[in-house]
Amino acid sequence: MKYVDEYRQKDLAKKLSLEIVRQADTGRQYNLMEFCGGHTHAIFRYGVQDLMPENVHFVHGPGCPVCVLPVPRIDNAIELAERHGAIVCTYGDMMRVPASKKKSLIKSKAAGADIRMVYSTQDALKIARENPNKHVVFFAIGFETTTPPSAVIIKQAQREGVKNFSVFCNHVLTPAAIQHILQSPEVREIGSVSIDGFLGPSHVSSVIGSQPYNFFAEEFQKPVVIAGFEPLDVMQSTLMLIRQINEGRFEVENEYTRVVTPEGNLKAQKIVSEVFELRRTFEWRGLGDVPYSALQIRPEFSDFDTEKLFDITKSTGRDVKGCECPSILRGAKKPTDCKLFGTICTPENPQGSCMVSSEGSCAAYWSYGRFRIDQVSKPKKRQKAKVS
Amino acid sequence: MRKGKVDMTHGSGGRAMAQLIEELFVKHFDNDLLRQGNDQALFNVDPGRLVMSTDGHVVSPLFFPGGDIGSLSVHGTINDVAMSGAKPLYIAAGFILEEGFELSKLEEIVISMAAASKDAGVPIVTGDTKVVEKGKGDGVFITTTGIGLVPDGVNIAGNLAKPGDVVLINGFLGDHGVAIMSSRENLEFETKIVSDSAPLHDLVAKMVAAVPGVKCLRDPTRGGLATTLNEIAQQSGVGMQLEEDAIPMRKEVVAACELLGLDPLYVANEGKLIAICAPEDATVLLEAMNQHPLGENAAIIGLVTDDNMGFVTMETAFGGNRIVDWLAGEQLPRIC
Repeated sequence: MKYVDEYRQKDLAKKLSLEIVRQADTGRQYNLMEFCGGHTHAIFRYGVQDLMPENVHFVHGPGCPVCVLPVPRIDNAIELAERHGAIVCTYGDMMRVPASKKKSLIKSKAAGADIRMVYSTQDALKIARENPNKHVVFFAIGFETTTPPSAVIIKQAQREGVKNFSVFCNHVLTPAAIQHILQSPEVREIGSVSIDGFLGPSHVSSVIGSQPYNFFAEEFQKPVVIAGFEPLDVMQSTLMLIRQINEGRFEVENEYTRVVTPEGNLKAQKIVSEVFELRRTFEWRGLGDVPYSALQIRPEFSDFDTEKLFDITKSTGRDVKGCECPSILRGAKKPTDCKLFGTICTPENPQGSCMVSSEGSCAAYWSYGRFRIDQVSKPKKRQKAKVS
Repeated sequence: MRKGKVDMTHGSGGRAMAQLIEELFVKHFDNDLLRQGNDQALFNVDPGRLVMSTDGHVVSPLFFPGGDIGSLSVHGTINDVAMSGAKPLYIAAGFILEEGFELSKLEEIVISMAAASKDAGVPIVTGDTKVVEKGKGDGVFITTTGIGLVPDGVNIAGNLAKPGDVVLINGFLGDHGVAIMSSRENLEFETKIVSDSAPLHDLVAKMVAAVPGVKCLRDPTRGGLATTLNEIAQQSGVGMQLEEDAIPMRKEVVAACELLGLDPLYVANEGKLIAICAPEDATVLLEAMNQHPLGENAAIIGLVTDDNMGFVTMETAFGGNRIVDWLAGEQLPRIC
């Protein structure tokens, strides 16, 4: 397949692998956080870790849009369908994410709520046109990549005068999240997570450009390489990070030049800023409340803002007890550190968000790496202390 | 028939039902056993081992590139019977019709079923029709049941794979699933891919004639190749190692899956089979498959291993290694 196969070539992968082995200093460890779930997915699906020397580690970051949405927001979406009788439209990944009280959108749908899986914002608006007597909510999630289509659909609905359509905005911002991780106690104070560099987002950067990362590369003295989602992109970017680390540099470099420019997609940025504004604070699963890390709909478009149109109960829903998704999303723990992983939490019966999406670390660990995990860490039987 | 719609009387047991059966089902399925006109078909069978299988069909949309629910319901059951190495003999068909469904569409489906059954040489000899109220069905559901006779000396089952055995497939993966998705209402995209829906019993007969000792046959329908291989691995208590480069996939299918965020290994097929045989039989089996129109693109895709964890693993085209797990839930498109 053109424009894809070129980035999956075995012989080039071998060459890159050898070069990485040659350049990686055996006297040190390289902990590289791949921010995006897309990278995590590529690393596991293509077996990229197999091609790395033992001292190069990928730390999986919070860049899975489904995973970072906190339980209360999913509770809200369910409430919109169940209590307010709205047709709730959402992207497929979102359907199985656990909400509180053992609910999820897919379970609520089975119980009779009108919840529909859509492939684009256009589908949601179409459903609104076809159901003039019902209110249709588009449950908008995602990073900067999925934000422009939400902005477009709000403007289109306004232009067409659609009265029964609104957007439940949950769009979040990548740079704020990366900065938050770097400021977290695990990285700064406790030092339990050491991150030597970042594989920067690819699709997100195609929208926002590479410039927004300059600040924290400088401030936190960590190199960033914007990396495409293909496996050769990931390997090339890894090599670029290793070079920077070896040379003591901390710059923003762009491996994904075929798509990402320094300034990004100005047209998309313009329409996003017309429709959305910064939210003062937003709760992320795993990171907690992060200031100015999300968007909300501007007052000019409040007729299309679900949060303005409906009286939504403030949910206090929490993650399932014992679920380590929050620490896993910060890179502080691995999926195998979670007691629920592979026991009561599997892709068939996910307890936490990271087990749902194929971009989630737990789902990737389970689906692509289980045999390795089982070999490395056989389940430890806890011996009960004898009390005589 | 041309302009009418299914109504509750078509399932009431009265004259309307008799008329529907006579003018639609008997007319198109036409065969002596059906013409007996009883509630069951009566026939003699040769001595030997019989197999029986049933398959419910609820596909949406009812008509898709390369087929429809009618032909699919015939092929699906023929294939389930044939995966034992059997020669399929007869099919029974049960229809659940939704009130309001257009009779002209029903006739189209029945004609397609009749053609599929005739082409395959497996007659539909008995059936049943029920009508449910509007909103309680999705147009038409078809359940087919088939019986077949297993030739002497043939012993095919999912628990017979042994380490060292060879895994083969008869052609390109994922055509059916992608064809269906391309015609789903909210996901229309233009593609030339058509469903691979086809009856595999003739191919199986040639394979079994060439290699009577073939050990496992299974059609990777829902859940795709990955799930089917995991089933066999579990049943046989073995592992499998695949080679991604060797798995036949059309460029268009790979591209569609890439766009939708799906993995072709998990996409449904309706005209594919996986065969497992001893290593010394592999070349002969592959040749027999290649000589059949439904096996032109057959290939050896992997080996059975002694992994006692029962894992199916794959060397990726990229040079790494990954596990190929069971399908979890439903394949959902990724959002970004």
